Amino acid sequence: MNEQLQNAAQALKEKFGTEMVEFRGDVTLIVSSEKIVEVCRTLRDEFGFELLAAQTAVDYWPELEPRFHVIYQLYSLAHSVRIGLQVPLQGNAPSVATIESIYPNANWHEREIWDMFGIRFDGHSDLRRILMPYDWEGHPLRKDYPLGYEEVQFTFNYDEIDRRKPYAKE
Amino acid sequence: MGVEQKLGNMGVVTLKLEQVVNWARTNAMWPMLFGLACCAIEMMSAQAANYDMSRFGMELMRASPRQSDLMIVAGRVSRKMAPVLRRLYDQMPDPKWVIAMGDCASCGGVFNNYAIVQGVDEVVPVDVYVAGCPPRPEALIHGIITLHEKVRGETIKEWA
Amino acid sequence: MFEKTEVTLDELRHLISDRAVEGDTVLLNMGPQHPSTHGVLRLLLELDGEVVINCIPDIGFLHTGIEKNMEAKTYEKADVMTDRLDYLNTVGNNLVYCMAVEKLVELDVPLRAQAIRVILTELQRIASHLVWLGTHALDLAAMSVFLYCFREREMILDILEMCGGQRMMATYFRPGGLWRDVPVEFEDAVRHFLKAFPARIDEYDALLTKNPLFLERTRKIGVLSREDAIRWGVTGPIQRASGVAHDLRKAQPYSGYEQYDFIVPVQTDGDTYARYLVRMEEMRQSLRIVQQALDKLPYGPVRSNNRKFVPPPRSELGTSMEALIHHFKLWTEGFNAPKGGVYVAVESPRGELGVYLEGNGGPNPHRVYWRTPSFVNLQILPILSKGHLVADLVALIGTVDIVLGDVDR
Repeated sequence: MNEQLQNAAQALKEKFGTEMVEFRGDVTLIVSSEKIVEVCRTLRDEFGFELLAAQTAVDYWPELEPRFHVIYQLYSLAHSVRIGLQVPLQGNAPSVATIESIYPNANWHEREIWDMFGIRFDGHSDLRRILMPYDWEGHPLRKDYPLGYEEVQFTFNYDEIDRRKPYAKE
Repeated sequence: MGVEQKLGNMGVVTLKLEQVVNWARTNAMWPMLFGLACCAIEMMSAQAANYDMSRFGMELMRASPRQSDLMIVAGRVSRKMAPVLRRLYDQMPDPKWVIAMGDCASCGGVFNNYAIVQGVDEVVPVDVYVAGCPPRPEALIHGIITLHEKVRGETIKEWA
Repeated sequence: MFEKTEVTLDELRHLISDRAVEGDTVLLNMGPQHPSTHGVLRLLLELDGEVVINCIPDIGFLHTGIEKNMEAKTYEKADVMTDRLDYLNTVGNNLVYCMAVEKLVELDVPLRAQAIRVILTELQRIASHLVWLGTHALDLAAMSVFLYCFREREMILDILEMCGGQRMMATYFRPGGLWRDVPVEFEDAVRHFLKAFPARIDEYDALLTKNPLFLERTRKIGVLSREDAIRWGVTGPIQRASGVAHDLRKAQPYSGYEQYDFIVPVQTDGDTYARYLVRMEEMRQSLRIVQQALDKLPYGPVRSNNRKFVPPPRSELGTSMEALIHHFKLWTEGFNAPKGGVYVAVESPRGELGVYLEGNGGPNPHRVYWRTPSFVNLQILPILSKGHLVADLVALIGTVDIVLGDVDR
């Protein structure tokens, strides 16, 4: 594994108590939700991970403990290495601190996570829906939200579905 | 040549009113720019030099709905976009026609989920459906020619 | 279902300056349907006369729910939906998804497949830059460039159609390699393209690069400094035009890119003209890569032999029992992937395109997240457009090179 990644993982384990997981050559640190801002700041200032490449969330329903993981991918331009961070969150309406002050482009990423998963970001400047319509109810990418599948119209149920489908009149 | 023979000495041609009006409507039908997604790129390719659509009278695409007669819904319509689509359709003056280009506009396409309207005929009445994902420019041109044939067959009773 | 869905001023109050409420500045809606927004992008502009004070993008008009839909399909069948994200870089989307699946299940890819993947990805990069150039020039009132670019694009689409059967959404790359081998005419067609294209790029150069009208409309418009580029996480030609020499093909090479010799163009001005120069040079470098890859193309299979993940060819089904069982299992149920998440990123024509793929031990992906470059790059539009005129806004949207399928997924 890369020198710099090893140093970073070691230093963060001593300072913040983060766990390290290695899977298929990728390094991921598991960070608790109170410490995420400090960890990001340390990674950016001391170890040179200046680019926030990706920020997303994963839902593990029906397991509720933890139900969500928020995933961050940081990239260091000088050394060309990536590091991943994982923040486990419990419950159905979790919240975590925003990292918008460290990486400004987290603004839209966090809005999207709020829209799709319902995870609140404390301290965010502008938390409102970004991809769904303004008055949509529900958070689509949660596992208990249905896909919205429409029944396929074959010849045997053609007329039934035709009657139910809302066609536009003039 | 043909018209002069018919004119003869009088300088007058007699036709049915329907034929003249339908001929005028088909030969200069202006589409409204309504490219949403991937089908829009194929629509732009159909407009470009290789599969020229100006041969069929569609020299330019008007961005303003008040100045166009044909709306080619090219691409997937999401639930957020559907009210906008209906509003633009209402702003077009009569006579107007709609071509649903591509699978997503005709029936929802590959995306059978919460975010896409399953077929744009839930929002606006459609005249011609063009299948394909995305349809080749030749398929779109075939759809336009089909629409022209439909318009040529219209009678006074069906006019708005 | 289709009543008006509007946001009132109270909810957007924090984004608009006080002058708008007093009536000093105008709030203008550059709506979803507009000839120059390259798709369904809505911009709320706050204008002081013609000068833009603030520009608030409103996206989501093309949200397709691809990520949730892919969770409902098996890994191989979800490949079909990947083309439709960034629809100008269809082959590149396929590539990153297949690379993510291959990393997750540790599947090998033969060398011939890697080389053909590189050739088609670079040709797709040229096609995407041609559409960018055509529409950018069209917005700046150079219509003939639009027609020329689409004429060239037809040549590339013919090559893609020859390999994959479809001009745009071929889904030619599958986990483990390619769907089938390239036909016999492929090499001649690509060589013909390589011979004809450099003269065409020189034609566009002659039309635009020293053109005083074009220079007037693109010099010093939308300057992005180096620090801002890194802070806002922009990648791709925008980052390289602001002085950051970074390209994922060189920094973290994939699919055999380390064997090819090419340079990464960098400019330091950070304005629209610099981004134009970077993309034009990228087209020339892509031609170099295609030339090298085609010359070194090795012989061999085009898809992995691992029958646990790759369905067997149909010719084997009549003779081998295992082949029949594998075929049945893989096409009905699909292969299982282990628990764990991987993140793979490639260099698309717009920037870093990444996939975070997480498996859960079953045949369907648990989470597919697409880190799309246009979503991240669009955030800098308010910064680029402060202080410019409304007419420059059109040039700026073109130079950020967004594709709305990428932004809204």
